[in-house]
Amino acid sequence: MACAQELHVLAVDDSHVDRKVIERLLNISCCKVTAVESGRRALQYLGLDGEKSSMGIDGLKVHLILTDYSMPGMTGYELLKKIKESSALSKIPVVIMSSEKILPRIDRCLEEGAKEFLLKPVKLSDVKRLRDFILRGEGDDDKETEKKINGVCLRKRKFQDDSTTQPMPTSLGTAHDIESSPESSVSSESQPPQSKQTKIG
Amino acid sequence: MKNQKQRQAAYMRRSLLDQGYLDEQFIHLEELQDDANPNFVEEVVKLFYTDSARFIRNIELALENGPYDFARLDNMMYQFKGSSSSIGARRVKRQCSQFQEYCNAKNIEGCKNTFQGVKQEYATLKTKLETYFQMER
Repeated sequence: MACAQELHVLAVDDSHVDRKVIERLLNISCCKVTAVESGRRALQYLGLDGEKSSMGIDGLKVHLILTDYSMPGMTGYELLKKIKESSALSKIPVVIMSSEKILPRIDRCLEEGAKEFLLKPVKLSDVKRLRDFILRGEGDDDKETEKKINGVCLRKRKFQDDSTTQPMPTSLGTAHDIESSPESSVSSESQPPQSKQTKIG
Repeated sequence: MKNQKQRQAAYMRRSLLDQGYLDEQFIHLEELQDDANPNFVEEVVKLFYTDSARFIRNIELALENGPYDFARLDNMMYQFKGSSSSIGARRVKRQCSQFQEYCNAKNIEGCKNTFQGVKQEYATLKTKLETYFQMER
């Protein structure tokens, strides 16, 4: 697996199963992974009040933070906010993962500065796209954000294949949720359940 | 001998998918295996068993006596559902969703009955997967 550049990803998820899976996905995608179980641990690792910027405590620069949304203690959203509020860390792209496609939640995260919102279970194609996106270091942010907020779900299979020349496609189209019953609200969320299912083309 | 086992494993996998015990997520996980990580799926599933045992135990305790904290029950089941979804445990996941609906409706009897369903589906899947992994090895 020869890689031109290796990204170091900090993965944050309270689920053992999900941590193991995301770690494998990232390894296959030529990324170094540090996996932690909570927002608190993530901030500890990043040394929030340390002098070095975007370095982990082991001195490895973090290129991307991939965090679950629903976690006990500190949610992914709260972690995102703390990172964006920190002058040392705010430049690190943060991607939120969730098993629920709740549009107001997605909006909030994107507004707070999340680069992307991935639907769980996360797939290899999602991670590869993410990696390529971070490596390119570009992205027409405004247009993409608008697309996501309007819920334009481009579910076409070919987007989920390796197409590195594409601009960052929305991952809202990973519609694993279509077949399952409408998601009930998470107890940690105080917003009403999003029962409306966006029609996928 | 080995080919026959592989055929049996493939047949069982097909069967588990067709009967809805597993969904495509399980296949995605298998695609992540390689010579260096030949038992990845089994390792993930073992973590699932450990987590599930904990979730089941905690939910069981929470269902024992009132007053019932539906928000907490919902949250615990949400986590269990997440794990199930991550390994492609389709039927278990659906039972979890049903349980959550009863939580939302604050219907404790519904919760208790559905929880039996959750445990049953989990136990069934566990047995089938154990057989499957034996074939795979």
